[in-house]
Amino acid sequence: MPETDRSPASNLPPLSLHIPEPRYRPGDTPDFGDIVVPAVDATQRPSEATKPDAMRDLCYGLVRVLDFDGQAKGQWDPKLSRERLRTMLRYMMLVRAFDDRMFRAQRQGKTSFYMKCTGEEATSVASTMALDRGDMCFPSYRQQGILIARDYPLIQMMNQIYSNRGDHLMGRQLPIMYSAPEHGFFSVSGNLATQYPQAVGWAMASASKGDSRIATVWCGEGSSAEGDFHSALTFATVYNAPVIFNVVNNQWAISSFSGFAGGERTTFAARAVGYGIAGLRIDGNDPLAVYAATQWAADRARTNNGPTLIEHFTYRSEGHSTSDDPTAYRPAEEPTIWPFGDPIDRLRQHLETLGEWDGERHEAQRIELEDLVKTTQKQSEKLGILGHGMHQPFETMFQDVFEDMPWHLQEQCTQMLAEQEAKFGPDWKPE
Amino acid sequence: MSTDTQIATKTMNMIEAINSAMDVMLERDSNVVVMGEDVGFFGGVFRATAGLQKKHGKTRVFDTPINECGIIGVAVGMGAYGLRPVPEIQFADYIYPGLDQLVSEAARLRYRSAADFVCPMTVRTPFGGGIFGGQTHSQSPESIMTHICGVKTVIPSNPYDAKGLLIAAIEDNDPVVFLEPKRIYNGPFSGYYDRPVEPWSKHAASAVPEDYYRIELGKAATVREGEALTILAYGTMVHVTKTIVEEMGIDAEIIDLRTLLPLDIDAIETSVKKTGRCLVIHEATRTSGFGAELAALVQERCFYHLEAPVERVTGFDTPYPHSLEWAYFPGPVRIATALTKILKD
Repeated sequence: MPETDRSPASNLPPLSLHIPEPRYRPGDTPDFGDIVVPAVDATQRPSEATKPDAMRDLCYGLVRVLDFDGQAKGQWDPKLSRERLRTMLRYMMLVRAFDDRMFRAQRQGKTSFYMKCTGEEATSVASTMALDRGDMCFPSYRQQGILIARDYPLIQMMNQIYSNRGDHLMGRQLPIMYSAPEHGFFSVSGNLATQYPQAVGWAMASASKGDSRIATVWCGEGSSAEGDFHSALTFATVYNAPVIFNVVNNQWAISSFSGFAGGERTTFAARAVGYGIAGLRIDGNDPLAVYAATQWAADRARTNNGPTLIEHFTYRSEGHSTSDDPTAYRPAEEPTIWPFGDPIDRLRQHLETLGEWDGERHEAQRIELEDLVKTTQKQSEKLGILGHGMHQPFETMFQDVFEDMPWHLQEQCTQMLAEQEAKFGPDWKPE
Repeated sequence: MSTDTQIATKTMNMIEAINSAMDVMLERDSNVVVMGEDVGFFGGVFRATAGLQKKHGKTRVFDTPINECGIIGVAVGMGAYGLRPVPEIQFADYIYPGLDQLVSEAARLRYRSAADFVCPMTVRTPFGGGIFGGQTHSQSPESIMTHICGVKTVIPSNPYDAKGLLIAAIEDNDPVVFLEPKRIYNGPFSGYYDRPVEPWSKHAASAVPEDYYRIELGKAATVREGEALTILAYGTMVHVTKTIVEEMGIDAEIIDLRTLLPLDIDAIETSVKKTGRCLVIHEATRTSGFGAELAALVQERCFYHLEAPVERVTGFDTPYPHSLEWAYFPGPVRIATALTKILKD
């Protein structure tokens, strides 16, 4: 563009382009003091049939149940049994033990990739526990908590992560992109937010069949910028689909802070307002708030009162994945000063306040779960690890492109088997 | 099948045959749903779904938001539930906003989940030019579809095939892109835009059984047997080609591919080995068009039988122009020139 493009006679002020910038970079001292933390019992719990326009304030507030002293308070308290609370704690601790072990396995060169959900365990574990077992979950990539909360065998998760011969996906998918239909867990895509309209389609199908099952779906605040997110909300509102949309706002999309998804201007729950659906903004580090919000949204969906968008306000405590180093773009101490603490610590504190838990039991459970993960890992590694031998028959590469293999794939498969023989000799078998 | 006197046939144009296929499948399989922009009460801008909502109800046949990403994405989710969705994309030119859902999701779901989840979806969409649709209502994106692994691509050229192929597509457990050549919805096109359109009723393939029948995907049809050369065509171009060949008195063998993927390679190979010459015709742009794939396959498999280079007749590598539509279209002059060239030696 020529420099003289603006008329010199113009008396209009020059326009300026806003490029969002997070407040703190490495070396800065972060301060989250300006994050509004409403009183734990300040938020009203409307009936599940409330019209969206009568509950818009919930898109801008913050649903909380646990105060910072470990007490459950207010109208949103789901009043779970003590046993249920202990189960929830156990699942979250198991997710963390699993994450730590698998992260380490990647660092040891046993697989290519891993993604932890540290600090966000409640957003998948507690919400899954509030669903019915038959409800269908459409996860993004950081919802291993769904599988754990539905007692999916750990070894199957590990086999998938190792792409070993026990991997029922036959090594085709990047680690953590599980698929578990029997556990109501849809195949994880590597493309972001594509599962959003798919969940709506599943929910529409369920409604059209007069079924009672609902769908739930997760994405991050970063991928809420994708067109698929907005396609999904449009279809959901048009057809009043029985679906729960979870936006896990963990503040970071790899190195891009939430401002690059519009977070400087409004909340992510407020996306619901424009679509005329219910929206809830909740403390995502409060497992009871997550449970209560999901239960509310599930009841709403199940009674044909329509979809709900839940923004889980949380913090990604660690890197995006094993391929990421967050100290390159944000202060290292941010996770430790997050005003809403850690979901496991908070539920533990609550159970201790109730007299249902103590440090000794906690430590014993932590060790027990670590041992369980370690033992399972050993069993899984007997079936192979990535990069140490090839674990699948080569022809599996050509299977499942279609239900039946067309001639051109058969020809290519024959070619590949000849290449295999040329490289490894006629007696080669998967390890 | 069509010659069986037991079967009640009715004279149908392409639209009516396509409508009948959906009607039959909606009746037979309670998991079939038809959806798309304007397809419900109104019955579709080309009338392909006329009457279906009234007959089968609103939860089986319904309008959607103008959102192709949503249409295809929702259909993927419906398929995962167990339905057999038949979404319509109003014009093939509008499929691009839904392409990620098609390429990365629908086409990959079976593979990535090792068949835990499948996508038995048939995306119907009108394509091709010749209706003064300008650049956004005239494109032929078939080679984009064939380049996606995991999607089948089907293109009928007459009412009888359209119904049988659409039924087979709907029953297929993998995603199918069913491209409908809109120029021949109402009658086969001769290639001479200045001549009156002949209605389908004068064509044998307009006798369409009213009930269920299938034409297997992946099988080509020989439209005309001949010895002088093999012409590979599909959709509208089948009829244009036939007109020109007959006008020129050339003993050409015309193969209507019907399914581009999986391709009927045996039919192609047998014919080209017999005739020794091969002309490939499509309306789509030339570079990286499906003709390039066909030419490559023919030379790989039939090189020592060829007496002339494989020729391509295609649209030009420009957007589809509005006013100069017929200068773009691979019509009689372009085809005749190519035929003369390939038969010269």
